[in-house]
Amino acid sequence: MNHKEIARLITEVENNPRLAPRILNQFPTRRSKIIGFTGSPGVGKSSLIDRVVKQIRTKDLSVAVVAIDPSSPFSMGAFLGDRIRMRQHFLDEKVFIRSMASRGALGGLSDAVFDVVKLLEAVGFDYILIETVGVGQSETEISKLADITVLILSPGFGDDVQMMKAGVMEIADIYVVNKSDLPDTDTVYGQLVAFVSLAGKDESCICKTSAHLQQGIEELVSKIEKLWKEFDKNGILEARRKERTRHHAEHILRKIVQEAINTAKIDSTNPYDFVGESLSKLCKNLPPTGQGGGT
Amino acid sequence: MKIYRILIAKPGLDGHDRGAKVVAHALRDAGFEVIYTGLRQTPEQIVRTALQEDVDVIGLSILSGAHLQLSQKVIELMKKEGIENIPVFVGGIIPPDDVPQLLQMGVKRVFGPGTSLSKIVEEIKAILQQGVASAGES
Repeated sequence: MNHKEIARLITEVENNPRLAPRILNQFPTRRSKIIGFTGSPGVGKSSLIDRVVKQIRTKDLSVAVVAIDPSSPFSMGAFLGDRIRMRQHFLDEKVFIRSMASRGALGGLSDAVFDVVKLLEAVGFDYILIETVGVGQSETEISKLADITVLILSPGFGDDVQMMKAGVMEIADIYVVNKSDLPDTDTVYGQLVAFVSLAGKDESCICKTSAHLQQGIEELVSKIEKLWKEFDKNGILEARRKERTRHHAEHILRKIVQEAINTAKIDSTNPYDFVGESLSKLCKNLPPTGQGGGT
Repeated sequence: MKIYRILIAKPGLDGHDRGAKVVAHALRDAGFEVIYTGLRQTPEQIVRTALQEDVDVIGLSILSGAHLQLSQKVIELMKKEGIENIPVFVGGIIPPDDVPQLLQMGVKRVFGPGTSLSKIVEEIKAILQQGVASAGES
């Protein structure tokens, strides 16, 4: 399918989730390797993804990148500036890059990204790389979407107590210390080794990269490939994908409920009146199968 | 409510992106999703980006003096890709004498030095609304 058509379908899905089931049902089900990249702002997520794309392309596999940046809570506008790091791939026919704004979602993704990834998978990309917004400590939704989650850190991250905190540090399958050309890399690396050992894992889930010097990228990609195959074999992949479907459904349902509440015509200070009205409205307008979504 | 997506790109070799960033910032604050691709883009890269990002409008910032050649090339490539329906505007150091030629080749608006940000935002919104009205979409 050509990039123009894919791009337009993404827009439709993003702007009108009600159309998503109809669009997605046109395509046969197939599997891509869905890899999530997350980390704080400025650790080099986009630059590292750029190098990962380059590495994947040496095997002539096709890649879609979905890069998410935050929407303004005031204007709902957004400045989408991830793509700028990936310009060496703009003319590559087998690389498709799409920037998305979070549009109010708070988990590091956007609501529409679940459908968008499904679409990109259906149209035949070998790899789908998702870049979350720059995250803090608690945006963990990427682990519900990706087959494998890569957490990117950089020198100056903080001490080992920061690593003990629940949230983002827990969801990664692979830990990357990017900017390994800078001092202090070994400090963070050492802390990571100690940290992952607490979780019963070994050093093999950690790697050092420098997007700047293009170092460690081949190792990172081979770790991703190896882990994906392992997860495919031991059933983890299947379990994660089931969980993803459930999570996606929860998103759709939440939108429907939100819409019911927003359109409830009630003038009351009692929240339970809203609940009653919304529920009765929802029961009256049960969507036919496969027609979920909201506005 | 539809959120519009706009590409702000700098074709050619000039290294001055402050203007493009100021405009991008104003558009962000006006509720646009701005895809910013930065300095030294070729027309080919700009058109591929517009196509993949399915933008509603393209803004080119040019301060090098090559605005006629670069705009022409972008518009030609857009035709080749079948996305010539996307409105293009140009901003930067554009001699007034060149404006008619730019408009002739299909550029919708030209914003020279001193144009206020509110005017840029208003005019882009007006162009988009015209497009919606003529396409008969909601």
